[in-house]
Amino acid sequence: MSNRAEEYWRANIRLVSILLVVWFIVSYGFGIILAEPLNTIKIGGVGLGFWFAQQGSIFTFLVLIFIYAKRMNALDREFDVHED
Amino acid sequence: MNLQTLTYTVVGLTFALYIGIAFWARASTTGEFYAAGRGIHPIANGMATAADWMSAASFISMAGLIAFNGYGASVFLMGWTGGYVLLALLLAPYLRKFGKFTVPEFIGDRYYSRTARIVAVICLILASVTYVIGQMKGIGVAFSRFLETDYDTGLYIGMGIVFVYAVMGGMKGITYTQIAQYCVLIFAYTVPAVFISLNITGNPFPQLGLGGTMADGSGMYMLEKLDLVVTELGFKEYTTQVMGSKLNMFVYTLSLMIGTAGLPHVIIRFFTVPKVADARSTAGWALLFIAILYTTAPAVGSMARLNLMNTIQVGEVGSAEGNLSYADRPQWFRNWEKTGLLQYEDKNGDGRIQYYNDKSPEFAAKAESYGWKGNEMIKVDRDIMVLANPEIANLPNWVVALVVAGGLAAALSTAAGLLLAISSSISHDLIKGVMNPNISEKNELLAGRFAMAGAIALAGYFGLHPPDFAAGTVAIAFGLAASSIFPALMMGIFNKKMNRAGAIWGMIAGISVTMLYVFQHKGIMFIPGTSFLGDMSPSWFFGISPNAFGAIGAVVNFSVAIAVSKITAPPPDHIQHLVEDIRIPKGASTAVEH
Repeated sequence: MSNRAEEYWRANIRLVSILLVVWFIVSYGFGIILAEPLNTIKIGGVGLGFWFAQQGSIFTFLVLIFIYAKRMNALDREFDVHED
Repeated sequence: MNLQTLTYTVVGLTFALYIGIAFWARASTTGEFYAAGRGIHPIANGMATAADWMSAASFISMAGLIAFNGYGASVFLMGWTGGYVLLALLLAPYLRKFGKFTVPEFIGDRYYSRTARIVAVICLILASVTYVIGQMKGIGVAFSRFLETDYDTGLYIGMGIVFVYAVMGGMKGITYTQIAQYCVLIFAYTVPAVFISLNITGNPFPQLGLGGTMADGSGMYMLEKLDLVVTELGFKEYTTQVMGSKLNMFVYTLSLMIGTAGLPHVIIRFFTVPKVADARSTAGWALLFIAILYTTAPAVGSMARLNLMNTIQVGEVGSAEGNLSYADRPQWFRNWEKTGLLQYEDKNGDGRIQYYNDKSPEFAAKAESYGWKGNEMIKVDRDIMVLANPEIANLPNWVVALVVAGGLAAALSTAAGLLLAISSSISHDLIKGVMNPNISEKNELLAGRFAMAGAIALAGYFGLHPPDFAAGTVAIAFGLAASSIFPALMMGIFNKKMNRAGAIWGMIAGISVTMLYVFQHKGIMFIPGTSFLGDMSPSWFFGISPNAFGAIGAVVNFSVAIAVSKITAPPPDHIQHLVEDIRIPKGASTAVEH
């Protein structure tokens, strides 16, 4: 693998790792492990832990995928590995 | 028009639409049959993926599970959406770059091994058939219930419909049909939810209604009210009740997420987009369309529970007039009693309905002082909640008819997608890939259609004599996919040194451990009485339920694969180059015209 390609792959792994850390924190962290302490904070009538488990994590997942798609497309161009 | 005629009309019209589309978009080449000619726009593909993904379990069952398990049912909400993140970030773009039609084809090429391909086919078929049996059963129940036939006839009609548009159309037909099905099912799901949210909280958005205040003027938050109503009757607090234990919830969620990213009928979708960049965003669009239903579901579940409790407990708990008189029960109550899914027994002979948790020791003394002799709602099937919801909220008949059509759309679209994955793995991977590489395209297509017909017959047979539980079957299908397919795919992309022996033994170990655990608690081939350990939580490994065990199977798969790959020969150079190549979007084969 050439240096450029290796660099591209490392940047990809870095992006994916950051996004997966967020993925883990909102669902397993906020939604399950820390649900009780977070439930003491209320947004409207919903405890924050409950909210993350039932709605917040889903919204976050969506944002994560679109960030990934946008960042990767930019990365493809930066390293000149994009299609057409 | 009465409800029955209206239901016939709405279901009939939607079906005419699906079949019309299937004929219009009939596939003529193997490329179109398996992968819709790679000419589908990401948004359209995302919509079709969403319909493919959301089965009867999402549409009919999930809100009912939420209604009765409250916070504990979050595992389904997070588990069935979070897998898309894994899919988008770890698999989809690379599989699209690789540019083949099926999951076993990737595994066979990446691990330079026919054996690996065959093992992958077997894992894929085990997971898909397990899943499709559950769908077939759902289709049979839905048809028989609403066309007023017996269960077997309902199942045959369903098999016929699936056969027509899946076998005739192939992937291309399925994709367009599923777009129509998505529109039907999402409309059917959100319309009653909006009405009910408006009724209870005054907010037309169910997502916001969940955190809103009651519209009855009390100023209380809806969830606070619900917590109060259920705990007053001895049930666990809605917003904090867990499923099994926190550990079980953690593993259950993980199993469903990994399973999502390992189920072939979803992965196969990402072969059908024009470009690698589109594969990334398609997952996002799919999740967006799924999220519309999934973020509505918590409101549907909680409000249905509140409606149900308030219908029965009309006044103060323990007061003489506090419970609904059985003679005054509403029409929907009577309707569902006929199906046997809702059952009442007047245990204390007072002619009123007491619905409370008689398993709660703290509540027992209170119940006794009220003169209650046990919970009188002896059966409240949770699967009726979504279907009964519009009736409970007194919505017009056309909404009820629409919900029926939506449930059928959900079940049929998933069954068709799964059948396509099964048929392509048999015709393309087993017959063309292993048994007869020289088969003509025409014959391969024919073999694919025969395989699909065979799979429908097999699933129908199991559907006629279902392995006793449908919801469990679906969760187990996820476990099987999580423990076999996902780790092999992921390591194939992210671990250049992963070799043939590692992948094969990993898949075998992962799926075996999972199946063994399921069978020892649920019975061999799900036959009751053949389980050698009881299906009770005390006998579970760290309290992990069999339905959640796929995550452990996946861990076993990864560990075995890495250990074996360390002590066997590394993959040849050309394979390492192949991996380097799929990591880069440039040079992806151009999209097939359609």
